[in-house]
Amino acid sequence: MSTRRHILPGFHLSLGWTLTWLSLIVLLPLAALIGKTTSGGWQHFWETVTDSEVVATYWVSFGISLGAALINGVFGFLAAWIFARYEFPGRRLLEAATDLPFALPTAVAGIALTALYSPNEWLGKWLEPMGVKVAFTQIGVLVAMTFIGFPFVVRAVQPVIAELPADVEEAAACLGATRWQTIRLVVLPPLLPALLTGIIMAYGRAVGEYGSIVFISGNIPYKTEITPLMIVSKLEQYDYPGAAAIGFTMLAASLLIVLAGNRLQSWGNGFRKQI
Amino acid sequence: MASFIDFRNPPGSDRRADLHVRATSEPAWLRRSFVTVVLVFFLLFLILPLVVVFQGALDKGIGTVAKTFADHDVLHAVGMTLLVGVIAVPANAVFGIAAAWAITRFRFPGKAALQALIDLPLWVSPVIGGLIYVLLYGRRGYFGPWLQAHDIRIIFALPGMVLATTFVTFPFVARSLIPLMQAQGFEEEEAALTLGAGGFQILRRITLPKIRWGFFYGVILCNARAMGEFGAVSVVSAKISGRTNTMPLEIERLYNDYLFAAAFGVAAALSLLALVTLALKTLAEWQNRRQFEAGQRAQLALTIEAPSPDQT
Repeated sequence: MSTRRHILPGFHLSLGWTLTWLSLIVLLPLAALIGKTTSGGWQHFWETVTDSEVVATYWVSFGISLGAALINGVFGFLAAWIFARYEFPGRRLLEAATDLPFALPTAVAGIALTALYSPNEWLGKWLEPMGVKVAFTQIGVLVAMTFIGFPFVVRAVQPVIAELPADVEEAAACLGATRWQTIRLVVLPPLLPALLTGIIMAYGRAVGEYGSIVFISGNIPYKTEITPLMIVSKLEQYDYPGAAAIGFTMLAASLLIVLAGNRLQSWGNGFRKQI
Repeated sequence: MASFIDFRNPPGSDRRADLHVRATSEPAWLRRSFVTVVLVFFLLFLILPLVVVFQGALDKGIGTVAKTFADHDVLHAVGMTLLVGVIAVPANAVFGIAAAWAITRFRFPGKAALQALIDLPLWVSPVIGGLIYVLLYGRRGYFGPWLQAHDIRIIFALPGMVLATTFVTFPFVARSLIPLMQAQGFEEEEAALTLGAGGFQILRRITLPKIRWGFFYGVILCNARAMGEFGAVSVVSAKISGRTNTMPLEIERLYNDYLFAAAFGVAAALSLLALVTLALKTLAEWQNRRQFEAGQRAQLALTIEAPSPDQT
């Protein structure tokens, strides 16, 4: 039985290498995170994660990133739709540019967005007289989070649009449905799981984002500070259990987001098999 | 404006074709507005930031850029970025091949859990990627006292920066190989085995050529992230210019010192890297799809041929 399972050589070597590397880079350090979180005691943990300044950062990191994820849901869906369905000059270029937030270092994105939206600069110059301040406000945080999460929605939705069978739309049209009815009742339902998966992935990325936000946010306590910044400031005070406590809380929250995304993905796969 | 979008059926050309378009696509005005909205979004969020970087770098003339990169601290940061990449990327590339080989070639319990753990660095905050190593090797970390007694520095030095970078780029190569190798199957490897090839011979002469574009794709993404990483590295670096600053950290230092032209100069260099990465990535995707589809076709051919009567 076991010999049949391993026809090709290299099982022990490849799995051994994988597990060793995984332990060194991921498992052991994560164990340290859990260990340090508990080493400070329950009291210290609770006081750290419910500190009013830290709680204010949850609203920014978890609340504003939700707004950014929803914005990406709308524009990402639209972009995926036109990439998959329309022909227009420059489409391939735009498609390639979609992944720019993946490739551009976050610090570069951070200073570029800050320069773009600062008062007296590029766009800030036009927005300022209208009373819209972007840089060093929560809107700036929203802009950075939108930038960073955009590719996730497009990448999640576009392949599903591409593999939608054309005949169901034709059938709907033949049966007298208007285009809007076809979109609403035939096209959108199978796309919904992929869209939600993309939104959740964009959300998860924005929650943990650091580099692009710290420049544009100005890091104003109770206003634009993000949760990862709290970890950094605890570390600067050598409060390891405190930093670990916040890190552990973020890790748990991210785990929930990922689990929700996985559930949606399997739901989506089941959904797609039916059609 | 009308010629901007290549309509498959220009309005009024043929009544029936027009009807068909109306039934299975959106009206022309709506399509045009969708494209415009997306273009504006791309312009505001993706293209303008890039323009700002290059404009900021060249604002004071090309001489300033040359002066920036003649600066000792900036050069040192370039060297540090390259050094961290040269260690972290090959390490994760070898890991990626080993992990993909183990996961796609064998059945073993706990495979799903292993895949989930490999993906973990993708969804945690990069700051946590730095934090966990500080907790292990930092002054008050678990191994801190022992390391201090032996005068070994990991945190606030190169080893910590390499570790944090390795963490955030950990899944890239493995993730780009696993679906590809799953689709390709391993009949050719088995054939090589029956013909007497050894394990490394199979890897080098059968598997690696089959997966080279997927591998290339993973390595490029891994490299871009490794050279551009900010959050994780900023936690474990002492941030001393000319000593432990990588390019992204040097950007922060210059920016906070109001040396904007220099900051944008370094940023422009990293943006060029990002653009090259995007171009190579698009190429790799295109080639990878071909290999992927060839693999699927081969698998399909096998499943169709196997039960046919003239084969037996």
